[in-house]
Amino acid sequence: MAQQTVGLTAYGGYIPRLRLQRKSIAQANAWVAPNFLGKGKGERSMANWDEDSVTMAVEAARDLLGPDDDRSHVDALYFGSTTMPFKDRLNSGIISAALTLESHVRAVDIASTQRAGTSALMQALSAVKAGEAKNALVLASDHRKTKAVTAQELDFGDGAAAVSVGTDNVIANYLGGASLTVDFVDHFRGDTEEFDYNWEERWIRDEGFSKIVPKAVKAALEKSGVSAGDIKHFILPCTFGMKFVQQLAKRSGIDPETARDTLAANCGETGAAHSLVMLVHTLQTEAKPGDKVLVLHFGGGCDALVFEVTDKIASQASKRGITGSLQNRAEETNYMKFLTFNGLVEWEKGMRAEQDKKTALTTLYRNEDMLMGLVGGRCTETGVVQFPRSRISVNPNNHTVDTQEPYKFAEKKAKILSWSADFLSFSMNPPNHYGMVVFDEGGRIMMDFTDVEPGTVDSGMEVKLVFRIKEFDDKRGFRRYFWKAVPIVSSEAKSQTGQAAE
Amino acid sequence: MATGIKDKVAILGMGCSKFGERWDAGPEELMVEAYLEAMQDAGVEPTQIDAAWFATHIDEIGTGKGGTPLSLALRLPNIAVTRVENFCASGSEALRGAVYAVASGAADIALALGVEKLKDTGYGGLPVGNMGTLNPQWSPSGSAPGNFAQLASAYRAKHGVNKDDLKRAIAHVSVKSHANGAKNPKAHLRNEVSEEQVMGAPMIAEPLGLFDCCGVSDGAAAAIVTTPEIAKAMGKKDIVTVKAMQLSVSNGLESQHNSWDGSYFHTARIAAKKAYKEAGIDNPREQVSMMEVHDCFSITELVTMEDLFISPEGGAVKDVMDGFYDADGKVPCQIDGGLKCFGHPIGASGLRMAYEMYLQLQGRAGERQLPNPKIGMTHNLGGAPSQNVCSVTIIGAHGA
Repeated sequence: MAQQTVGLTAYGGYIPRLRLQRKSIAQANAWVAPNFLGKGKGERSMANWDEDSVTMAVEAARDLLGPDDDRSHVDALYFGSTTMPFKDRLNSGIISAALTLESHVRAVDIASTQRAGTSALMQALSAVKAGEAKNALVLASDHRKTKAVTAQELDFGDGAAAVSVGTDNVIANYLGGASLTVDFVDHFRGDTEEFDYNWEERWIRDEGFSKIVPKAVKAALEKSGVSAGDIKHFILPCTFGMKFVQQLAKRSGIDPETARDTLAANCGETGAAHSLVMLVHTLQTEAKPGDKVLVLHFGGGCDALVFEVTDKIASQASKRGITGSLQNRAEETNYMKFLTFNGLVEWEKGMRAEQDKKTALTTLYRNEDMLMGLVGGRCTETGVVQFPRSRISVNPNNHTVDTQEPYKFAEKKAKILSWSADFLSFSMNPPNHYGMVVFDEGGRIMMDFTDVEPGTVDSGMEVKLVFRIKEFDDKRGFRRYFWKAVPIVSSEAKSQTGQAAE
Repeated sequence: MATGIKDKVAILGMGCSKFGERWDAGPEELMVEAYLEAMQDAGVEPTQIDAAWFATHIDEIGTGKGGTPLSLALRLPNIAVTRVENFCASGSEALRGAVYAVASGAADIALALGVEKLKDTGYGGLPVGNMGTLNPQWSPSGSAPGNFAQLASAYRAKHGVNKDDLKRAIAHVSVKSHANGAKNPKAHLRNEVSEEQVMGAPMIAEPLGLFDCCGVSDGAAAAIVTTPEIAKAMGKKDIVTVKAMQLSVSNGLESQHNSWDGSYFHTARIAAKKAYKEAGIDNPREQVSMMEVHDCFSITELVTMEDLFISPEGGAVKDVMDGFYDADGKVPCQIDGGLKCFGHPIGASGLRMAYEMYLQLQGRAGERQLPNPKIGMTHNLGGAPSQNVCSVTIIGAHGA
């Protein structure tokens, strides 16, 4: 029996548009940590207050899947992250609902290690190879949480990447890989803890990376039958600097020049997502058909995977990916905003924020496709489209009964009809922007706006829709998700000057 | 074919508490204040009241649910009390219930009373609450000003009005109401303001500043209604009767169908047309003597002038700036200060509007009395522009 080709079939990426300037962090903390002043260069990605690992994964997946309503081909979903919002509620189930995947999808959460992203990818490769899945979606995402005034706060970033695994239209063939499992505790986060506890960096570098990574590289090269000299792209998330990564490559007989950008300068390390973030970035920038790519991720051992890029890579040219995400940036210089968004400051939210945010789970489930997937209705008799779906049509000329079929709004073109910037209602990022969004192909939704550039919003402006956190229920540890509109400033390339407090 | 309500019911008496931040009074005291004035005006005894309609919107912080708060506060003689709630139009809803009861012959004399105690929340603005279990899971968690402010963006887009011109026109709406409210001893806000002050005030919800928003007030208002025949038999002079009572409620068109452009109130236009027909008015700009409209926000009042067909479509900015709605204008609007300055205790507001029209028609409006008004109109709105209830009531001299 001929060996079937299994590999990556598409990619997507998402880095939040806010880029916290490291100078702002270092300067704010210089009084207590002058040693960090030297690290105050470049910028790190910073999730908006309404983003978490789930919402970022959804964005990366939408980039991969494109605007087509039909997503029935996805039959497996592997989600890798160490910052999943729920300990017990299938996080990939939330993603699946937001993406309106079919309910028969095999959705799996993979967690507890920085290599959760690569492990998720390996699971997908195995499933497709075994014939248990045809088109597996692999998502890796992290919304990294650190204490204030730590090296990690400066090094880390937030982001997500997506790749799909299949056998048709493969853009990068999987040649083989290896996993090394070593209980090397460079950091840990106990069950009841919010933050990581980190051991000495020099030990992690010399006893961890330096010794464990080369073993994994050797095993993966052997399994894939690729020689070290053939590797064109050496992908290893690492915060010890490019020089160290190059040394590691060299130690395995790989050309140090193949060490790919860790995106330390303009993104920061996105945790379990980062190897896939770097992989997508590499596929978008330097990879050419025929190139062999080695993807590594260190954490409780090391994962190593070898791919060979095919000429189908051109099929992904329209994707935003990581390069597009990195271009869509808004400088943020307000460190206090970062602390506030990440729950690191206890601040007075006002009595309006005391409103109970309890979510009726019965209601949520009864309206699941509406609330999670932004699915409304389309009248099969008149063609009138509406949100939400209802038994009696809203069509003023013909209130047809029980004629509606599900209609997906999330990928449709829309514009702002009316809006306001509200300073009265509680908002994590005032003023609270919201308004009536009208869809080009029919239908409208009064909805929250997010990622707003204040002062630029007006009627007639185009918006795109994003899946975000609607509200936190701090009392019960729940969070509510829904869709929001992002006003598109006509010159998207133009970077916003952060709303500095000073 | 329905014959309508015109001249079937007379107002026997009305009362209204002082509106404002009534730190001294709970809802019970406010109800009693409005009730005693109405009873004295009507000249009836509690035992003569056959049934009562009670309006209050936010039962959680104010009065509680049901009909009992009214019956307990007023010690009513165990008569029927129906509690009604229809957002900010609840007061008009109570009046409608009482008027319909009398018109049907089921009651000779009926009481309508609305109350709201808003200043027990600990913060400014209206209290926040959840509307069921589905709505909060997707609707923006905004505020009333944020919802109504959207009229401005859509109105500007539709009529090509620039930001500054609209900002000045809505400022004039508030300046006029402050000038009127200053003359009303029962009003919450009694200070005159300038256009510059209004335009320079802190932003609440763009483009609405502090002075574009109505007062959040405590208060109560009441009406006692009967038939014109009974009123005459009681020796009443200058009898004021109900000419029209219409209520239009959104069915989702504005919020879900793309035929609505966001710049006007779909319901108000329907209610106004029906009310004019019921009252026999064919040229409202000429025939309506005065109005109390639901000026929860300045922009609401501006677009309402077109929705009630007083200003032509797109012509409200000009009429407002020309002083058409000022106290000395052709159709004085908010002569008592409106929601803006008299205040907005939600359940009471519809009845407060009727109270002013009633006083004016009887020539009892004191310093703010208009010369010889014949027809008064109230417009009482609840909800948000995209989803609301709108009540239009017309009252006038009996036989007018």
